[in-house]
Amino acid sequence: MRTLSLADAVALIPDGASLMIGGFMAVGTPESLVDELVRQGKRDLTVIANDTALPGVGIGKLVRARLVKKAIVSHIGLNPETQAQMIAGEMEVDLVPQGTLIERIRAGGFGLGGILTATGVGTVVEEGKQKVTIAGKEYLVEPALRADFALVHAFLADYLGNLAYALTGRNFNPVIAMAADTVIAATENVVPVGLISPDHVITPAPLVDYLIAQS
Amino acid sequence: MDAQTVIAKRIALELRDGMLVNLGIGIPTRVSNYVPAGMRVYFQSENGLIGTGAVPEEGMHHRLLTDAGGKPVTALPGASTFDSAMSFGLIRGGHLDMTVLGGLQVDQSGHLANWMIPGKMVPGMGGAMDLASGAKRVVIAMQHSAKGKSKVVKTCSLPLTSARPIDLLVSELAVIAFPGGRATLMETAPGVSVQQVLAATEAELVVPDKVAEMAI
Repeated sequence: MRTLSLADAVALIPDGASLMIGGFMAVGTPESLVDELVRQGKRDLTVIANDTALPGVGIGKLVRARLVKKAIVSHIGLNPETQAQMIAGEMEVDLVPQGTLIERIRAGGFGLGGILTATGVGTVVEEGKQKVTIAGKEYLVEPALRADFALVHAFLADYLGNLAYALTGRNFNPVIAMAADTVIAATENVVPVGLISPDHVITPAPLVDYLIAQS
Repeated sequence: MDAQTVIAKRIALELRDGMLVNLGIGIPTRVSNYVPAGMRVYFQSENGLIGTGAVPEEGMHHRLLTDAGGKPVTALPGASTFDSAMSFGLIRGGHLDMTVLGGLQVDQSGHLANWMIPGKMVPGMGGAMDLASGAKRVVIAMQHSAKGKSKVVKTCSLPLTSARPIDLLVSELAVIAFPGGRATLMETAPGVSVQQVLAATEAELVVPDKVAEMAI
């Protein structure tokens, strides 16, 4: 793990990169990294996240700056700007049931090729997908998801990069920290090594490549 | 009593001590206002919380503590938090006793449509498909009609949320269950007749000899 300045960390991300970004309606989204992506004008991004938040908030900042080429998300209902760009054909939006989305990411981080889920069977979600029957029940085959970068928000980190989260700010964060080639974590607080009890570390230090002490 | 209150109070009668329950946005959220005194019900927010409490007082909210709509909530003593994979494991894995969701249409075999209107509203399904497919019991809180048209229809014209039928539909007029895959009128709201329910319903309803009144 290395500590980097915010600008240097975001400079690692090329145009066209795929990014998993933590947060649920911007709660638990690393706003500092999002702001810096906008400032550096990273383009043609693929964003994998729960939602696109609200206009101009969290991931909504990337949408407003028109930096997102494709979004793989479960919900865009509270961001009319995403909907407008989707309808205008300026952004591709792949809507995935929330439980399927997070489990596809989990599979990507856990070394699995995909998952089987009954969610979406008999709906438009099953179109074009392989189905299997196990013990008489039908499931969709949903492939694993990985990304070039995970942008993680943590509440607490130590100087090794062990991470802990707070309340509903956890959401996608520890799961995406397993599923990307490079993990950049922005934390609200940094504490000495040993202060986070081993039992309370949610993301172990070796998973974190870069730590930014500015959430 | 307004329509939403009738629906929320009636659904609250489905709560049992110790249940793990997920409430959707809108009318479903109001069910938590009518938990019987002395009963402990665990409410889950799918963004990663069991033990969701009331909306905090002005100025007392924590920016990392919200419900599934991103609105500030409180966490009750005994609450727990977890990531989204765990949250949906609870939902799909048979651990969630009941979900209460809103609806756009419910048809006479119990199919639910509640996540999009093609060409008009494409918000994304969020957690609705997992909840409608995975919860042990699916209860729909829905006004009986919209703009003079029945939302309790013969066949859903809108895209389905799940192939699995719901267990119970509660509107401001009636309680409808689906024994044997057929919409059956179980109860009417106070002051509402069976004829009024039938007149407001597009679906074919099975009407038993005796239809009770909601005990709200």
